[in-house]
Amino acid sequence: MKKAILYINQFFGQIGGEEEADFAPEIKEGLVGPAMELQKQLGEDIEITHTVICGDNYMGSNTEEAVNTIIGFLEDKEIDIFFAGPAFRAGRYGSACGHIGKAVKEKFDVPVISSMNEENPGVEMFREHIYIFKGGASAAAMRKDIKKMAEFGRRILKGDTLGSADEEGYYGRGIRRQVWLEPPITAADRVIDMLLKKIHGEPFQTELPIPDQDMVPIAEPIKDLSKAKIAIVTSGGIVPVDNPDRIQSASATRWGKYDISDTDRLEPKVFKTIHAGFDPAAANNDPNVIVPLDVMREFEREGKIGKVHDYFYSTVGTGTTEGEAARMAREIVVDLQDANVDGVILIST
Amino acid sequence: MVKEIEKAGIPIVQMANLIPVAKTVGSNKMVPTISIPYPLGDPDTPKEEQWKVRYHRVGVALDALTMDVKEQTVFNVSV
Repeated sequence: MKKAILYINQFFGQIGGEEEADFAPEIKEGLVGPAMELQKQLGEDIEITHTVICGDNYMGSNTEEAVNTIIGFLEDKEIDIFFAGPAFRAGRYGSACGHIGKAVKEKFDVPVISSMNEENPGVEMFREHIYIFKGGASAAAMRKDIKKMAEFGRRILKGDTLGSADEEGYYGRGIRRQVWLEPPITAADRVIDMLLKKIHGEPFQTELPIPDQDMVPIAEPIKDLSKAKIAIVTSGGIVPVDNPDRIQSASATRWGKYDISDTDRLEPKVFKTIHAGFDPAAANNDPNVIVPLDVMREFEREGKIGKVHDYFYSTVGTGTTEGEAARMAREIVVDLQDANVDGVILIST
Repeated sequence: MVKEIEKAGIPIVQMANLIPVAKTVGSNKMVPTISIPYPLGDPDTPKEEQWKVRYHRVGVALDALTMDVKEQTVFNVSV
């Protein structure tokens, strides 16, 4: 018998409405509210042992405390799978399901399944971290949404072969997975098929969907370049020849920072590129064509810029998912901020 | 990566050959490079020529960091 636990908010936990939104987390044995329907859909092989309830505002304003309390509740429980919601279009509830779901996933490494409407901000915040099924706009969709969560949960625990996010009905997590095609059709044939369809104005399905654009505000410009510290970042895979951080040549999940404080230009045989997406000959002969340290030093001498940051940052940008790239960049940002870097030149290949 | 760094409030300029991709992904300041494998120096040209291209384009990128632009901008290069 597999064990499941469900997280719901104060409203669905039958504590109360908005007036109870500050309700501190509690764990109850057995089934409360939507847990009953979920249990029915999960069938006999999976038992929901507990229901966790927390007020949406409590989770919103005391997130860390709420998450820690709930993780504390769960520490001595058997958990094979964790459910949260469904949260429909309720923004605070969706965000709460995401926060606790992500924490449970990180702490116990069990599958976490939720459901939210596409308008729920929790989707963008947490789709990378947990399975979020595409759900209805309101509680009228409760039964339908729970059914999807339960079916997927059953299949994961049975060890079924799982399809892509689209096939299964959850929001893509930004993970790319290789599959064997049956029947096997080579990429060259597939791309020509797509091209012919495109020429004939027929619908076709790209194999490399570009996620919708989300723009970020343009950062305040540098006021005085001659006093600014500038860092070089690249996705062109320039690393010391022994690639000390073992950055992958494609689909990278790692990045490195390399000390150039005593270096005037990147010399061949000291630095090279490990990028597998282009012919490395030119960059190996002269790494400055990707990390232009030599001209940056010249600008430093001329006083056009204040200083070249003591490190440059590198990873490989081929086959790397947006999700991984964003995560690596966030890690690099911490370093840039610690070093009071004023501006960044990022060279892509 | 560009977006996450800019989101943190650090001015950033992307030097890229595939400007349409940089645009689609949401880069705000872009400077074109000459190719994918050698963005800033064609190995078939003399070292001095490569230096000139690199010096010019990185210079444009540095200036871009000081520009107050209101929308996605591709900065022009002349070498």
